[in-house]
Amino acid sequence: MEKYKRYLVPLFFLVLSIIGIIGAGVSMNFVLSELYARFVRNGIFVIALLIPIMAGMGINFAIKVGALAAHTALIIIADNQIYGLKGFLLAILISTVLSVILGNIIGYILNKAKGKEMITSIVIGFLATNLYQLLFMVGYGTIIKAKNSEIMLSRGIGLRNNIDLAEFKKLFDGILTIRVGDTNESLAPVIIIVVVALLVYYISGSRIGHHIKAVGGNINTSQAVGIDTNRVRRIAIVISTVLASLGQIMYIQNIGMLNIYTDHLNIDIFSAAALLVGGATLKNANIRNAFIGVLLFHTLFIVSPLAGQNLFKHAALGEYFRSFLAYGTIVFAFIMNLRYESESKL
Amino acid sequence: MKNKKVQIPQIIICIYLLILLVVVNVIGIPIVGIINESFIKWAMNGVLVLSLVPMINVGAGMNFGMPIGISAGLIGLCIAIELRLQGVIGFITAMIVGSLIAIVFGLCYSKILNRLKGKEEIIGTFAGFSFIPIMNFFWTLVPFKNRQMLYPVGGKGLRPKISLKNYFEGILDNSLVVKIGEFQIPVALILFFLILCFLIQYLYRTRVGHVMTAVSENEKFAQISGVNINKYRTKGIILSTILAAIGICVYSQSYGFVELYDGPFMMAFPAVSAILIGGASSKSATVKQVLIGTYLLQTTYLLSIPVANAILVPEITEVLRMIITNGIILYAFLYKGGSKKYGKI
Repeated sequence: MEKYKRYLVPLFFLVLSIIGIIGAGVSMNFVLSELYARFVRNGIFVIALLIPIMAGMGINFAIKVGALAAHTALIIIADNQIYGLKGFLLAILISTVLSVILGNIIGYILNKAKGKEMITSIVIGFLATNLYQLLFMVGYGTIIKAKNSEIMLSRGIGLRNNIDLAEFKKLFDGILTIRVGDTNESLAPVIIIVVVALLVYYISGSRIGHHIKAVGGNINTSQAVGIDTNRVRRIAIVISTVLASLGQIMYIQNIGMLNIYTDHLNIDIFSAAALLVGGATLKNANIRNAFIGVLLFHTLFIVSPLAGQNLFKHAALGEYFRSFLAYGTIVFAFIMNLRYESESKL
Repeated sequence: MKNKKVQIPQIIICIYLLILLVVVNVIGIPIVGIINESFIKWAMNGVLVLSLVPMINVGAGMNFGMPIGISAGLIGLCIAIELRLQGVIGFITAMIVGSLIAIVFGLCYSKILNRLKGKEEIIGTFAGFSFIPIMNFFWTLVPFKNRQMLYPVGGKGLRPKISLKNYFEGILDNSLVVKIGEFQIPVALILFFLILCFLIQYLYRTRVGHVMTAVSENEKFAQISGVNINKYRTKGIILSTILAAIGICVYSQSYGFVELYDGPFMMAFPAVSAILIGGASSKSATVKQVLIGTYLLQTTYLLSIPVANAILVPEITEVLRMIITNGIILYAFLYKGGSKKYGKI
């Protein structure tokens, strides 16, 4: 019985999803093609949360910062008008370098706030968003001069709300095409996500992975055995931030448009909720949880406004329901996990 | 040494305030108007900041779940508007109804927090966040009839911003305004705020207050002495929720609008920031810290508006405001935490 307990949460959400699909009255093909897009857009974020959980730091809500690094890289690319595959790879390179730097900073901060990592990472996410806004709303045009005047607001200070990146959207067209639901989609982004997942799997089995798990298991013992715990925790956050920045680039590539000030806002909450829906706990998460979670959570996400419209003649109700699900899942997970923690102490 | 460290956020804010004051002077904006405005902002936000005190002092940390109490107050306000109660009666009804609902909400909230001691801040944040969609259901479905609060089109569901113009806008702000030269002091508003502060101050001189403080200072010791900790925590959390409900009533009458839906989403953060500037920690807070912190933070906000307008980027006000708010909270997590150390002693 104990073995099946961890599948309770995913099962509950599976039932909810099925009810939602029936309630929304949409075809399976529609759900599938929407799900493909959402899987491609959000898959890597959820994987990015895994390693900090292994390191015992809970959910890293600061993955927002990685997304901001990706935004910065894409803005630089758009400013210099480097498009195509070259631009895409360059964007990944710049955002990775930025995320390594930012990840180190976040890791350093979180090491100073041991035991409060999650709430601290939320505040870091908010603060980083503000600093980012300051940079691009005010910094551009006053201190930094843009080369491409199309991305600027007409008053000359600050960037426009969105940058057209349709060039990148075509990038994977025609490569390994498969039929998903009603549309033809490329398999390439899915392969990238699977490669990232395998990479994380490989890291968790490697030497540093064992150190990360040791630190997550018992930080004092690890320190005593001679592991540099602060360094290990910092590395965990760096990996998480780098993956998040890659995730955001995939997200924007799929949409083909960068909303400079809003695209990153809820990814931390939704990714965390998705991972927890997949059966992860705050202490234990693996790639299977991530994949199951993304599929289930986003199925619900797709169908709940439609179900709200269909059943109650009110799309907003479905909208509220899904944001309640996102936050509620996290609260529920906290209650369950932390109770488990106190039981295991006894 | 320790005292010196506590002062750092205050020093930074004071320096920032001075810089802003100099800039405002250079631009040539009349300082008197700003001072008058600062009194209103102080008392308007003060009650929300005050609502943090009871929870901190029973060891339940900063109340990031403030949207729960705020929602209770908003329901009170909406009921007063629905009954078309105007003036003082409307305002008092809003506060009483809000407080009664806050007792129920606070009780549920305390049930969650008492299960998860030591993690109140993160739990509170998400409990508050997840409470907003629940309230959104309520705002959409509640069968209120007063057209002034419903969506103009369709006539169903409350509108996101309800004007208080015909009800009790500025009921505290505009009554008993004393004019000394060019200065205008809203006596009723400040008096209301100070009376609440005094009541909380008085509470900590009574036996119940002493026990509450003991609980937050050393939970183990209090437990050994036979104090039912959960009972006192529940009391503290309910009191915080009630004060948040009253706080939003005061805030709304000054602001002139009742903000529903996502309005209360981030309201906890400026309040937490204010009390931290006052020098509070997540283990102890005093009314004096509330008074100082709120005044400093709100005045900085106020001064940054004309400065931002002068350099032609109005958005910068909001961004700077958020940077200050979140920066101070982050600072507090890094340098004033120490909850683990206390726990082990």
